[in-house]
Amino acid sequence: MATAALDRAAALAPRAVTRATGESRAVRWTLIAVALGFLAVTLVLPLVLVFTQALAKGLPAYWAAITEPDALSAARLTLLVALIAVPVNVVFGVAAAWCISKFSFPGKNLLITLIDLPFAVSPVISGMIFVLLFGAHGWFGPWLSQHDIKIIFAVPGIVLATMFVTAPFVARELIPLMQEQGCEEEEAAMVLGAGGWQTFFRVTLPNIKWGLLYGLILCNARAMGEFGAVSVVSGHIRGETNTLPLHVEILYNEYAFAASFAVASLLTFLALVTLALKTLVEWQQRRATAGQADIESIPEKPVLSPAKEIAV
Amino acid sequence: MSIEVRNLRKTFGDFVALDNVSLDVPGGELVALLGPSGSGKTTLLRIIAGLEPADQGTIHFQGEDATGQPVRERQVGFVFQHYALFRHMSVFENIAFGLRVRPRRVRPSEAEIRDTVMGLLRLVQLDVLAERRPSELSGGQRQRVALARALAVKPKVLLLDEPFGALDAKVRKELRRWLRRLHEEVHVTSVFVTHDQEEALEVSDRVVIMNEGRIEQNGTPEEVYERPATPFVYGFLGDVNLFHGRIHQGRVNIGESELEAPEWAGAPDQDGIAYVRTYDVEVEPSRSRASSLEAVVRHVRAFGPVVRVELDLVDGGRTIEAHIPRGRFESLGLTRGKRVYVSPTNVRVFAQPS
Amino acid sequence: MRQTSRSVLPGFGLSLGITCTYLSLVVLLPLATVFARTSELSGSALWAIVTAPRVMASYRVTFGASLVAALINTVFGLLVAWVLVRYRFPGRRVVDAMVDLPFALPTAVAGIALTTLYASNGWIGGRLDLLGIKVAYTWLGITVALVFIGLPFVVRTVQPVLDDLEVEVEEAAASLGAQRWQTFTRVVFPTIAPALLTGFALAFARAIGEYGSVVFIAGNMPMKTEIVPLLIITKLEQYDYAGATAIAMVMLIVSFGLLLTINLLQWAARRRTAA
Repeated sequence: MATAALDRAAALAPRAVTRATGESRAVRWTLIAVALGFLAVTLVLPLVLVFTQALAKGLPAYWAAITEPDALSAARLTLLVALIAVPVNVVFGVAAAWCISKFSFPGKNLLITLIDLPFAVSPVISGMIFVLLFGAHGWFGPWLSQHDIKIIFAVPGIVLATMFVTAPFVARELIPLMQEQGCEEEEAAMVLGAGGWQTFFRVTLPNIKWGLLYGLILCNARAMGEFGAVSVVSGHIRGETNTLPLHVEILYNEYAFAASFAVASLLTFLALVTLALKTLVEWQQRRATAGQADIESIPEKPVLSPAKEIAV
Repeated sequence: MSIEVRNLRKTFGDFVALDNVSLDVPGGELVALLGPSGSGKTTLLRIIAGLEPADQGTIHFQGEDATGQPVRERQVGFVFQHYALFRHMSVFENIAFGLRVRPRRVRPSEAEIRDTVMGLLRLVQLDVLAERRPSELSGGQRQRVALARALAVKPKVLLLDEPFGALDAKVRKELRRWLRRLHEEVHVTSVFVTHDQEEALEVSDRVVIMNEGRIEQNGTPEEVYERPATPFVYGFLGDVNLFHGRIHQGRVNIGESELEAPEWAGAPDQDGIAYVRTYDVEVEPSRSRASSLEAVVRHVRAFGPVVRVELDLVDGGRTIEAHIPRGRFESLGLTRGKRVYVSPTNVRVFAQPS
Repeated sequence: MRQTSRSVLPGFGLSLGITCTYLSLVVLLPLATVFARTSELSGSALWAIVTAPRVMASYRVTFGASLVAALINTVFGLLVAWVLVRYRFPGRRVVDAMVDLPFALPTAVAGIALTTLYASNGWIGGRLDLLGIKVAYTWLGITVALVFIGLPFVVRTVQPVLDDLEVEVEEAAASLGAQRWQTFTRVVFPTIAPALLTGFALAFARAIGEYGSVVFIAGNMPMKTEIVPLLIITKLEQYDYAGATAIAMVMLIVSFGLLLTINLLQWAARRRTAA
């Protein structure tokens, strides 16, 4: 059909500005060059540097650095923290998005702002507040030492600080998404007799899966890479309360540069994988909404041809 | 200023938007480009404006070659379907824009700009809204501002892309009439694109009907309506019935009846289609001529001065529609299921497309 | 998008309960301790702490460098967003994905990488050293690190607005005789200015609290290159909880103020474009 072909063709043509109203070629390529140059210096160089420095002393030294016991225990701790903080924040994010998007109640906007709070707080302060609560001189300090429970300068403190810092990620992703989707599908499911959990798992979850995954990826990246907050609560005890980022710091401060970069390269791999997954999920999200648009563009009723012929 | 379009060709990927289109627009005329979606009318308009380059062909304004000229030098006024007003500027500033961006040498003084803009606002009857933002105006008002803005730079040619497409039916009718009156006052060569045949026929001096990248017919509203050149034009303008039959020796055999088709005298026998306007279908209680066909009344819609009657042809089962003046309808006493005879008049026969 | 009262869909109580409980325990309660602690100080004591010379110097360093970095990011972020949205070039999609690198990369890694890059024997630092410019361990280094951190904020805030710009408006301007730069300054820029401002505010807000990527390259000399987060940590290590919380409270007030401003900006922008 003519219009479908036109749409396809329009998709081929460059978006937005046509040659008629765009910049001249010279201007265009100058701008591209400057932008790419800026990005190369700002983003690419540091990235390349991590890997070249990591391998500066050769592959065996690289391997030794990342398999050294302290490094391994740092990796274990990092994974442990992520394994706790991320699922907890996923549950929190889903719960928050559910009550905010499907219901109306006073104070909803306040709640949304409160959820965003950790983003506005400096990482150092994010750690500090837990020291104030659970540290030796903190509110609960005496009580904790009485019962011989260690939170600050121990793993629980690290987990808590990480949970604080990564709390908004999933919620922020899901709230606008679920608000956009509305309640109609869930209501339809209820009318058809589905229970609450059934509705959630069969109707809501499939609709939000890409947004959820996106938030989860970002949450995980931050959880594994958090430095400032963890630095404050950790106590820097090698082999015990060091996460990978902290281990990188320790090695660097001891002038073990190659080893420091070697461990850093692991975290950089993680960052690149995060970017790749993120892009993949975004692509899938776009495909999902495009598919929806295709369905909606099928005309309501068959279009009659101009001539009033209702032929046999 | 006249426009001469020659042999224009434009493709988007494999899609051919314009296929060797040539057109002459005499200076001072108001011309409508009419056609369904995908017919190429908007593409043609945009190429004339310089917003789109053609793959082949030329555009001349009053004999001067403008094919390679950038849009900002063509001195065309363009009005978009969705207005494209500058949202962050007031109505006044929107209209003044074209005057403000002139190079210093030719830029009018502030006082002159004010005079021109207020004059235009009075012309479009929106002078009290000069300081408003576009968001505070209705659709019809926005389109008038867009028109004033385009006229502010005294364009040689005014181009309008479905200017009333985004408006309600009632506003559309009013603005249509208003555009016609404006054209009679201002007399700029104007070309506008529409898919609404009523609009094209009512407003313009000349109608160019396009389909699938080609011009089907170019004539006055009366010409294209009364003497359609092709089946497409016939079917596109107004309601039409199609009767399938066989052309034989200057006649068309449709079922039992025969219609005269003198233009096909001497032509070989072939399948043909007779095009008949719905108001050219005579309905009678008995067979009165050789061209009558027996039919059964299927559905009657009797509101307004013209009654629409749907009839099923007995022979062949096809459904046709007849528009009958109310007086005649009442004297016929037509009800559902009644047997009558229909006689097509003013028939135009085209060959069956292969 | 319709809202429905709680009676139709289930799970309101549960979801709200989880949300509020978690939020209170993990976010609000800990944050409250800052305000509780500082309220234990008298007004004058509080004032003395937050206006002490070393603290004031750290404010200058942090806010000054953050401001400059955010401004640089505004200019280059706009450029990057423009190039990504408007032009086609090989590798565009990869570049688009890379813009998020500062989001994804742990700050410590960024910190040591930037320090090594800009140190006197680094790839860039070495060359600048020849020109007599020292970057690492100076105020300049802090700014460079903050530019790295803040870039995605501006780009990602401006990109969708640029994407949404109607072509027709620019075509209209061109048909009215405007040169390309006139169209940019009079038509395009005013439309994206609110988003640009929001991006600037976001980059600034992130920069003032930044620790990991800055602390390595900063040099951390009190009164000269000491950033506020580091000062807070120093005071904590000295068990000067009062000092640490007082300074933290100033930062929180500024951050919340910025958050509020950003939300207001976005709300105002939504109102204007709702027409």
